[in-house]
Amino acid sequence: MVVIGGGVVGGAIALGLARSGASVAILDEGDDAFRASRGNFALVWVQSKGFGMPEYAIWSRRSADDWNGLAGILKAESGIDVAHSQPGGFMLCLSDDELQTRVDGMRRLHNQETMTNFTYEVLDHAETKRRLPAIGKDVVGALYSPHDGHVNSLKLFRALREACVRRGVAYRPNSAVETIEPREGGFSIRGAWGEIRTGRVVLCAGLGNARLAPMVGLDAPVKPSKGQVIVTEKTEPFLHNPMVTVRQTDEGGVMIGDSQEDRGFDTIVRQPILSVMAERAVRMFPRLAGLNVVRTWSALRVMSPDGFPIYDQSLSHPGAFVVTCHSGVTLAANHVLTLAPAILAGTLPDAVASFSARRFHVPAHA
Amino acid sequence: MIAIDDISALSSHYDLVVVGAGPAGLSAAARAADLGLSVLLADENPAPGGQIYRAVTTTPVVQRDILGEDYWLGAGIAARFERSVASYAARCTVWALGPDETSPGAFELGLSLGSKARMISAAQVILATGAQERPFPIPGWTLPGVMTAGAAQIALKSAGIVPAGRTAIAGCGPLLYLLAGQLAAAGTEIVAVLDTTPRANWAKALAALPDFLRSPYLAKGLKLMAKARRSLRFVSGVTGLAAQGDRQLSGVRIVRGSTAETLACDTLLLHQGVIPSVNLASAAGCALDFDETQHAFVPRVDAWFASSVGGIAIAGDGAGIGGAESAALRGEIAAFDAARKLGRLSEAERDRQAAPFQAELTRRLRGRRFLDLLYKPAAQFLAPPADETIVCRCEEVTAGQVRDAASRLGVTGPNQMKAFLRCGMGPCQGRLCGPTVVELIAQTRGTTPAETGYYRLRPPVKPVTLAELAALPPTDEATKAVVR
Amino acid sequence: MFRPMRERAASATLAFSFDGQPLTGRAGDTVAAALLANGIVACRETPVSGSPRAPYCLMGVCFECLVVIDGVGNRQGCLVPLAEGMRIETQHGRRQFGEDAA
Repeated sequence: MVVIGGGVVGGAIALGLARSGASVAILDEGDDAFRASRGNFALVWVQSKGFGMPEYAIWSRRSADDWNGLAGILKAESGIDVAHSQPGGFMLCLSDDELQTRVDGMRRLHNQETMTNFTYEVLDHAETKRRLPAIGKDVVGALYSPHDGHVNSLKLFRALREACVRRGVAYRPNSAVETIEPREGGFSIRGAWGEIRTGRVVLCAGLGNARLAPMVGLDAPVKPSKGQVIVTEKTEPFLHNPMVTVRQTDEGGVMIGDSQEDRGFDTIVRQPILSVMAERAVRMFPRLAGLNVVRTWSALRVMSPDGFPIYDQSLSHPGAFVVTCHSGVTLAANHVLTLAPAILAGTLPDAVASFSARRFHVPAHA
Repeated sequence: MIAIDDISALSSHYDLVVVGAGPAGLSAAARAADLGLSVLLADENPAPGGQIYRAVTTTPVVQRDILGEDYWLGAGIAARFERSVASYAARCTVWALGPDETSPGAFELGLSLGSKARMISAAQVILATGAQERPFPIPGWTLPGVMTAGAAQIALKSAGIVPAGRTAIAGCGPLLYLLAGQLAAAGTEIVAVLDTTPRANWAKALAALPDFLRSPYLAKGLKLMAKARRSLRFVSGVTGLAAQGDRQLSGVRIVRGSTAETLACDTLLLHQGVIPSVNLASAAGCALDFDETQHAFVPRVDAWFASSVGGIAIAGDGAGIGGAESAALRGEIAAFDAARKLGRLSEAERDRQAAPFQAELTRRLRGRRFLDLLYKPAAQFLAPPADETIVCRCEEVTAGQVRDAASRLGVTGPNQMKAFLRCGMGPCQGRLCGPTVVELIAQTRGTTPAETGYYRLRPPVKPVTLAELAALPPTDEATKAVVR
Repeated sequence: MFRPMRERAASATLAFSFDGQPLTGRAGDTVAAALLANGIVACRETPVSGSPRAPYCLMGVCFECLVVIDGVGNRQGCLVPLAEGMRIETQHGRRQFGEDAA
């Protein structure tokens, strides 16, 4: 089988396939690829996900619950501890309006059927302070959910590659794919590097899926959504819980993020957003004020029109699959443990039936 | 010259911002101010001079012959700048440079001075950020007691201090012999000069010899070499080096072909040439090319030192190593072009005024190629063969780890290497490991540094605190992108 | 590791401390130069392995001369001028938040 794309999504699918006994090759781009796997925020996040599609909440929760198992597998297969923990996540709010917006969002989410099994709490300043003594006075409250966790996503990225290589997966860098042609019940995949023939192909090419999917009768209308991230110098441990805006890595650096912009493929880092993120982070945790910034970057999320993943098998060309999402870290456990074995078996599982791109072509209900 | 010591004293806009107060920056700023441009020269050091003329206005070294005549030329360059009407911000870092979104064609710069940051704009920018010493990764090079030869020279020029004990100097290149002479004159006990110039380089450099024989480098170089050789123990043909010691340097292991010896010493000074400092230029989007002769990534510039980003010029050693005198000339030439771009000089007038500087630059650079070829470091000092050698000093990543990831995990470039091993992620932002990581990947994968590429760099290229960033003005658009 | 050369222009003497030990330095020197001149061997321990490091480039590039100055960690000693009464300390590993941490 051929997996196109060597990021966290492609690595997870390839590892899952290889663990199920498939012979796998990964075709990847080179050093300058748009690579969300190098730029993401490393959350294993559940709360706040799934409004408009409760199946996504359930799918995310399932992956978060299985993540501990994945971390164990990665340790055993690669020797790398990816620093996974699930201490519960906070969303800190700096005004009553922000808190109200968050609370309303959670209510709408949980008013959906099948969302009964998700726990969350709304905390006032005092209770937030009791649980996170480092917060500043401007934090009016928080949402908390015990399902949220985080990892070291760069270690995850490397562990997936290491485990794949140890399982005999052929990793082929500098192999950008130009065309995929259905041929004799299989596929001919070509690029400047040459050609490879395969019976089955899984598109895990992130933003590249938009171009590749139609070649095999699939649809992946994904677009870039830009996010900027700041990381500080390493400092003493002070924050164990993940948050969407601030988290401390196992190495000690503090990551600050969660901007979202539609700027196409522009990845220039711009000061105004850095400043807004820094200002809010310092209000959340005043002790951060004196820390030096060592790096910033921007990365492109892989966004579908409704923000949910796309999992499909081609109807016109069976054997061609697409796997695309903006939460490759959260969903890694599902991708390795559930999705890849199903792809190898030739049928996507019922749990992902709602994630077909066909949803974009059905007239929406009023 | 108008000294700026508080960030609030900066104007919000300048015709030209020059970054770096070495010979190129001082000359560019003085020339541009004379041509009527409003100019800011920003530099992170306490006094003008850059590294080559470090502390030339403040040095405590009283005996002039210790540092040599060439050093004191810098005093004239600094004095000329001080007579100009340019603004000068010392101890000011420039940590960001990008397009000014509110004014097409102009630039926005992030500056930090006295623990306060500010954004200002400029119509034109000249980067004169100079050079840094090429990394010299050998086993034990992180031990206290090992430092760059340039560092010892800076200590001498700026503080009048010299290594106290037995000192060994290792590597190759003109600066090595210059420094050996300077330190010896200042009273340092130099136990050996360990020359790593590969013997095979002579054959390659020979073709460039005729130009060198007509160049101003020759007399100077021979004088340096003769002086150092006369009085010091020279060990040539060194093919391997390792710093030894437990928590502190105690000696250096020297390999010459098939023989090895250990030399006890208290200080080991390393030097194998200088390479352009490219972090700010690269973060600003200026294209880099790999220069085979200088064996370094060099920003792409035209005859006026304009980079691939319109409005940003790169003068001095930052656009390819040429030495102090060339740097000053390049600064002048870039300033004439900045004035032309701002409409203060016609093209014809620019050409006329710049012509003598261009002619002198050509003369000055004659012979450079010979030096570049002769002193190109040996492969084993560019890509350390011993697996345990630390390559990234900040994150303590070894040569063996880089080779393993390049060969077994299919890592083809430094950016993916960074994601897998953290090399280049520390506070130095890859300045001390970038060239080595590229070299190791290229060597392991059988490609070239040019094909391998370099770290993608982003602002801030110098430290800035979250509080400083937080105090800068937001925009409505930015707030909406974050508070959703 | 370093010592003043024989002839050096006179300058005011500044009192400072390193890890509590009282030392003196020359006005006009950077923190890193003052430490070298006083024979200080290492100024920090790395956050990764705890190994000792000393100033390496003295030109703001290498970040090996990081020290704690007056309670503020990870400052580049080679870019900060020495000042009277400065309290300089070894940077032990990662940056600490210091006494003012809220």
